[in-house]
Amino acid sequence: MSATMDQGHSFGGVQARAPIATDTTKISIENLDFFYNDRRALKNVGLLLPDRQVTGIIGPSGCGKSTLLRVLNRMYDLYPGQRATGRVMMEGENIISPDVDLNSLRARIGMVFQKPTPFPMTIYENIAFGVKLHEKLSKPRMDERVEWSLNRGALWGEVKDRLHTSAMGLSGGQQQRLCIARTIAVRPEVILLDEPTSALDPISTLKIEELIDELKNDFTIAIVTHNMQQAARCADQVAFFYLGEMVEVAPAAQLFTAPREKRTQDYVTGRFG
Amino acid sequence: MPEKSGHLVRSYDNDLKKLTDLLVRMGGIVETQVALAAEAVIEHNAEAASRTVEEDVKVDALEREIEQFVIRMLALRQPMAADLRQVVAALKVTGDLERIGDYAANVAKRSVVLAQFQVPYSLGGLSHMINLVQEQLRTIMDALGTNDAEKAVEVWRSDRAVDDIYNTIFRELITYMMEDPRNITPCTHLLFIAKNLERIGDHTTNIAETIYYTVKGEPLSDARPKGANSAYAVIRPKE
Repeated sequence: MSATMDQGHSFGGVQARAPIATDTTKISIENLDFFYNDRRALKNVGLLLPDRQVTGIIGPSGCGKSTLLRVLNRMYDLYPGQRATGRVMMEGENIISPDVDLNSLRARIGMVFQKPTPFPMTIYENIAFGVKLHEKLSKPRMDERVEWSLNRGALWGEVKDRLHTSAMGLSGGQQQRLCIARTIAVRPEVILLDEPTSALDPISTLKIEELIDELKNDFTIAIVTHNMQQAARCADQVAFFYLGEMVEVAPAAQLFTAPREKRTQDYVTGRFG
Repeated sequence: MPEKSGHLVRSYDNDLKKLTDLLVRMGGIVETQVALAAEAVIEHNAEAASRTVEEDVKVDALEREIEQFVIRMLALRQPMAADLRQVVAALKVTGDLERIGDYAANVAKRSVVLAQFQVPYSLGGLSHMINLVQEQLRTIMDALGTNDAEKAVEVWRSDRAVDDIYNTIFRELITYMMEDPRNITPCTHLLFIAKNLERIGDHTTNIAETIYYTVKGEPLSDARPKGANSAYAVIRPKE
């Protein structure tokens, strides 16, 4: 547990909120700090991700939203000089501990990025590729898995007749749904979405949002978005980050109608200066 | 209504200010209506009565303008948090003000009929009730303009006094009617006038609740002050 750090409970006058995990908590983030070399990008963050709910993460650029997602699936491990301290507990295990096996962690916690990132191969292979890293499936089982994933990704109907054509020929919205299907294919427990619709047109955006609503029956979801209306539409709870601090977390309806903190109020009403 | 300082998009501030201005203007006309209606009843001023009714046209037009403006803002600005509460509150307040205007007009119309009768008793109670209701309305419009939740609570609590006077007037008028059936027509009008004033008090209370929610972000939680139970006491004595 060397990643745990004995950290003071207050920073910059902000009391650390001690989140209390319950049976329905999927991930419990406690006293999380994150450093890009000397720069402290997350400051004593506490946040619970409830199981099979959507947590929206909002805040101005540079507030630590994306950093938080990068911590959750250990993306920062690829970069020297980046380190996290504190605890991120998922089912009794601190996932930022160096002992954690990254490959299996990333199978449990999948991530979808802002720009669709299909591999330059066929639609079928895009899905099968990740699955093969974790499981040995027979051809018929793999076919089933591909169909299941594309169905869950709300893409099957549109691509079932051209599974063996290049994924690069899909539209942006389709590519993004392919990426979500690819993430689902390895049957993760948590899905992290980093601005999944910011490069998409409004109709594709709505399709992704509908998909998120559908997926939360089976997965715990965290979505970073710059679009507050999107957070309002998709999220069960919303966390507002500012300058690396988690300022306020509340059910979406409360955060957008009557937030407790002035900084949240100023941000969601468009008064940030 | 809640404390505002600079949106990044400045025209948004202008929109919110315009919304408040429209409401204050509407409130001003409604206040005038109530004052004119008071004059019509207490001083038998038929000219005041017809002016009360004429003002209603302006009030209705403003209500429509505010409604359309609110819908426009919801669609184009997609207000959040305090802004959202303010915009929705405007929609509710404009409805309450419009009703208050209607009640004032109704009072004025009845005053014309009433003037044809000899009313053999003092209108002191009614006059007092009108004063109270006017004072409440004035205070609530101030509270609206200044986002003063405390003042709103004050008005909200004072509705009890209006209800109490209403009960007294109600009993008094019933007594006159029982004493002499010739009193029934004028007293019925007075009864409705008193009821209208009592309803004006209720709508003022609604506005108080709306202002409180807008400013504080939570509903005014105590039970609403309720005093007007005379109707039930008389109509359903056995319960």
